Amino acid sequence: MFRRTMMAGAVALGLAAAPAMAQQQPVEIQFWHGLTQPLGGMLEGFANEFNQSQNRFRVVASFRGSYPETMVAAIAAFRAGQAPHVVQMFEVGTGTMMAAGRAIKPLHELLAENNVQIDFNDYLPAVRGYYSLADGRMMSMPFNSSTAVVFYNKDAFRRANLNPDSFPETWEGLEQAARALRAGGSTCPMTTAWPTWVQVEQFSAIHNVPLASQGNGFGGLNAELRINNPAMVRHLDNLVRWQREGLFRYGGRDGAADALFPSGECAIIFASSGLRARIQREAQFQWGVAMLPYYQGTTPINSIIGGASFWTMNRGPNASRSADEFRGVAEFFRFLAQPEIVRRWHVDTGFLPVRQSVFQAVEQSGFYNQNPGADIPIRQLLRGGGQMTENSMGIRLGGFVEIRTIIQEEMERAFQGQQTAEQALNNAVQRGNVVLRNFERQNRGS
Amino acid sequence: MRKKVIFKGVALPYLLLMPQLLVTAVFFFWPAGQAIYGSFLREDAFGLSREFVGFENFQDVLSDPNYLSAVWNTVVFSSSVAVIALGAALFLAVQADKAIRGADAYKTMLIWPYAVAPAVAAVLWLFMFHPQIGLFGKLINGMGIRWDYKVNGDQAMLLVILAAAWKQVSYNFIFFLAGLQSIPRSVLEAAAIDGARPVRRFWTVIFPLLAPTSFFLLVVNIVYAFFDTFGIIHALTQGGPGKATETLIYKVYVDGVQNLNFGASAAQSVVLMAIVIALTAIQFRFIERKVHY
Repeated sequence: MFRRTMMAGAVALGLAAAPAMAQQQPVEIQFWHGLTQPLGGMLEGFANEFNQSQNRFRVVASFRGSYPETMVAAIAAFRAGQAPHVVQMFEVGTGTMMAAGRAIKPLHELLAENNVQIDFNDYLPAVRGYYSLADGRMMSMPFNSSTAVVFYNKDAFRRANLNPDSFPETWEGLEQAARALRAGGSTCPMTTAWPTWVQVEQFSAIHNVPLASQGNGFGGLNAELRINNPAMVRHLDNLVRWQREGLFRYGGRDGAADALFPSGECAIIFASSGLRARIQREAQFQWGVAMLPYYQGTTPINSIIGGASFWTMNRGPNASRSADEFRGVAEFFRFLAQPEIVRRWHVDTGFLPVRQSVFQAVEQSGFYNQNPGADIPIRQLLRGGGQMTENSMGIRLGGFVEIRTIIQEEMERAFQGQQTAEQALNNAVQRGNVVLRNFERQNRGS
Repeated sequence: MRKKVIFKGVALPYLLLMPQLLVTAVFFFWPAGQAIYGSFLREDAFGLSREFVGFENFQDVLSDPNYLSAVWNTVVFSSSVAVIALGAALFLAVQADKAIRGADAYKTMLIWPYAVAPAVAAVLWLFMFHPQIGLFGKLINGMGIRWDYKVNGDQAMLLVILAAAWKQVSYNFIFFLAGLQSIPRSVLEAAAIDGARPVRRFWTVIFPLLAPTSFFLLVVNIVYAFFDTFGIIHALTQGGPGKATETLIYKVYVDGVQNLNFGASAAQSVVLMAIVIALTAIQFRFIERKVHY
């Protein structure tokens, strides 16, 4: 932490010398992102296009490590009075940013002050809801959104005498399919990437059960975790049992399990829709995409989003920004919101088309017929007719990065057989609530 | 009689000491002071509001069962690393000290791993023992043992211990070898003439004469296991599965850098500092007495 502050200080000294010769130069907008190649390069390409489209502002995009690393770097820079103008923040950090008080500049304020209009009614409800206040005012700029889906190996399905063109809709059906796959010789019928995001957060939304009180935290900082509910306990219990029976393999935290699918090792993976590009590049077999399963007797509703949004930051606790700088950020956002940019990002990367009009246009262009399954993520997001409940709006919990880790740790202990699914979830609730209470206490004043 | 160098005035000696004092102040006392100060505060991630909470952070940390499990992990990890690294290095040094053909080549190769960065060492082990892509990992699974350090906490601990110990063997090896070479041949020859066999010669002559080296290495190894193994744990297991490989230093990182909980992290740093000061003091006060130079 300390070294980081010192480095930021050194950078500050270097920058202080710059303004003297910066007359007539465009206003620089620092933009930190957390996307590796090739995605990061595409994003930087958009920044370059923006720079070429006008000459008043210049967006300087730089890669700052993984999402969590980018978040930590931006917060440390803020403390040192050198925050970037715009930072790409993953969805887990949303609750923390919302409560960040004067560290951030809310999007609705930024756009209003600079007379920039973006039609957020055209954005997917699940996207809009995740990044707005309860009254609908937008807090950050949506950009790269994904959701979790199923990818499955059609060749493996054929080998197990399963119909490769119909993926089971329910967990009950999936269990049978997994048994068939195992009987057919698969050593890893199912695995999951992002264990918490997919098996807890998405699961809760789809089954319309609360992840936390206060509408998953949208209602206030006094929310408490609710993941020790019967539906969740049943599901984790099943996962643990399936792991013991060799039907499911725990592939590690975060995206660690991603590699198990394109290599052909695991026949089914629950993963981010953003994994599509990699599977397309690496898989040596026929594969399909399907929606996340649900338990019999429930009416599944929409899943929630992952990915990241762009936050406008103030410079530091005791440092301010000029109107020109904010103007530049607002113009950059206006540029990114253009349907053409949204369309290219969706088609080139596999991330969601965040604007509904773009989805319709891409559908009409026949893109989904040529790329079967590319529309599954968005159809799953719109499942239930776009009528989201407070359980499927998204998650707004402070310290959620830590809570996710806690849930993963408790799940891992259950997978090791050190505790039951119910104990795991009870422990996760108890430890997670400590984080929530600390966060509430730290942010009461600001 | 000892010869004393006496400076005229105080300016010059202080000036000569200055660089060292500055380094110590900037890189040790200042951060340590900041940690102590921070351990009494509780603040939000952005530093917008802070609250003086007295010893509350310490209370929270010390009553946290996860902290106590991190203490236990650290004890298991550090002692295992020290024992394995010292044992293996001593064995190898004794072998390399013998008059064998190509001794220099062996010595050079044994010293190599020391030049490997901890994170790189961890990746090497990852590629060997990864359950799916690792050479040995696949082999072990092929033999019917369920090897998956991402799910099995004991296996994860074993792996980080081995990787951390492997990395430290070279360092210990150099010192043990130097220690062995400084043992006078005449003493060993006298023992041999008296009829002591090699094993007996080792335990009654060589080992006691190596004691100063061993003692020094024990301190260094424990400090290494406490502080320098962050990279290995981070690259291999990230403290998981569960919290099976979360040591004290790794927990400081998780709470401070990942979870942005500065007060708790600072309090842990202070506790860690106290532990290491105490350990070193104990080692020098009690163990050093039994070491004969």
